[in-house]
Amino acid sequence: MTIIELKDVSKWYGTFQVLNHCNAKVNAGEVIVICGPSGSGKSTLIKTLNALETIQEGEIIVNGISINKPNTNLPLLRSKVGMVFQSFELFPHLSVIKNLTLAQVKVLGKTKDAAYSFAVHYLDRVGLKDQINKYPGQLSGGQQQRVAIARALCMEPVVMLFDEPTSALDPEMVGEVLDVMAELAQEGMTMLCVTHEMGFAKKVSDRVIFMDQGKIVEDCTNHQFFNDPHLLSSRAQEFLSKINYA
Amino acid sequence: MNLDLSFYTWNLVEHYLIKGLVFSLELTVVATVGGMVFGTCLALMRISPIKLISTPASIYVNVMRSIPLVMVILWFFLLVPSLIGRSIGAELSAYVTFIAFESAFFCEIIRSGILSIPKGQSDASMALGMTFQQNMQYIILPQAFRNMVPIVMTQVIILFQDTSLVYAIGAYDLLKGFEIAGKNYGRPIEAYLLAAMVYFIICFSLSRLVKWLESSHQR
Repeated sequence: MTIIELKDVSKWYGTFQVLNHCNAKVNAGEVIVICGPSGSGKSTLIKTLNALETIQEGEIIVNGISINKPNTNLPLLRSKVGMVFQSFELFPHLSVIKNLTLAQVKVLGKTKDAAYSFAVHYLDRVGLKDQINKYPGQLSGGQQQRVAIARALCMEPVVMLFDEPTSALDPEMVGEVLDVMAELAQEGMTMLCVTHEMGFAKKVSDRVIFMDQGKIVEDCTNHQFFNDPHLLSSRAQEFLSKINYA
Repeated sequence: MNLDLSFYTWNLVEHYLIKGLVFSLELTVVATVGGMVFGTCLALMRISPIKLISTPASIYVNVMRSIPLVMVILWFFLLVPSLIGRSIGAELSAYVTFIAFESAFFCEIIRSGILSIPKGQSDASMALGMTFQQNMQYIILPQAFRNMVPIVMTQVIILFQDTSLVYAIGAYDLLKGFEIAGKNYGRPIEAYLLAAMVYFIICFSLSRLVKWLESSHQR
């Protein structure tokens, strides 16, 4: 089953083309890593998938709904697409539990009790059940990002989007976030991750999309990307050769 | 210059000061609350991407901010009777004028408060499926208001001083009380001296409070 489909997507900032005729499909249960040099349009691409960024040309279909039609119910669609940001973006004026329950109650219309037990369940899964009444500012970066993942999971999304989830973290905290993501992947969550963590990409992803200058240059299986690099474009080979991964 | 200290009696406070002080404080509170409510509406209009909504708000704010308050007070006081055929009284006129005028100033404070919240916060709440209204109500405005407390307080201090401008339409405010007392007792200098002290004590205490709030806010 196709969860996300991009058809010939293009986007410009003024005269600068950030996305250049991008085509891709994401099937249910797939874990896809999007990589590429900075400025290649990775983050922009992932933000078009829940219409945080608009596109000028092409079509994006998420969960069977074309998202750039004017009559699309964007809040409803976004509530089914989880997103995790580079800088966490927890709500600093709300406690951890409020961060997790607010959208469940206000967007999904759940009761406070139902939202609360969901929140506790997912906080437990990311190993932060004991931080329930703290404020985001009292948590470490790694803990904040795990709360952010739990917040997205509380909405029971059909797909999770990760926009460089470990780039703003101290090195010793990267692991705890990647572990949570790897667990999610194992459980069959459909995931798209923009990341520079190629070790994670090699270990966890099913497919790798490589972008350069707004174009999807490579869209291939994990095996092809990491084991047969000589079959890749020279741009992708150059990128891989500069990156250390274990 | 000889100051007659016997002028300063409880009788003066009771009969001339209290009534005016109460009105000045009432006007300050009403103008602050009303100004914040309408100022928030104006601010939300101004940040709208739809020109039809943002332009009228911009014009209103810029006009209000470019006219001296005393002129707005006078104009409104003179204009209303000629429009509805009767006077609404100096006090009510002052309330309406101050809310209208302060809305423009609070609008700009609130607008910059909203713009000071990183775009990532809106992205995050939108990504959770919140509507524009929910995003403003639960995420952006609570944070913006919290950041704005010191600057709003500063504006309230200015506002309190500005309430003395209602002398132009004869409303009985703090200053007016002293003026009448000064005239009745033939001691205008003593009266205005005390007036200055009362304004100073209130405004200085408020500004110390702002300082304290700022330092406790940073912690």
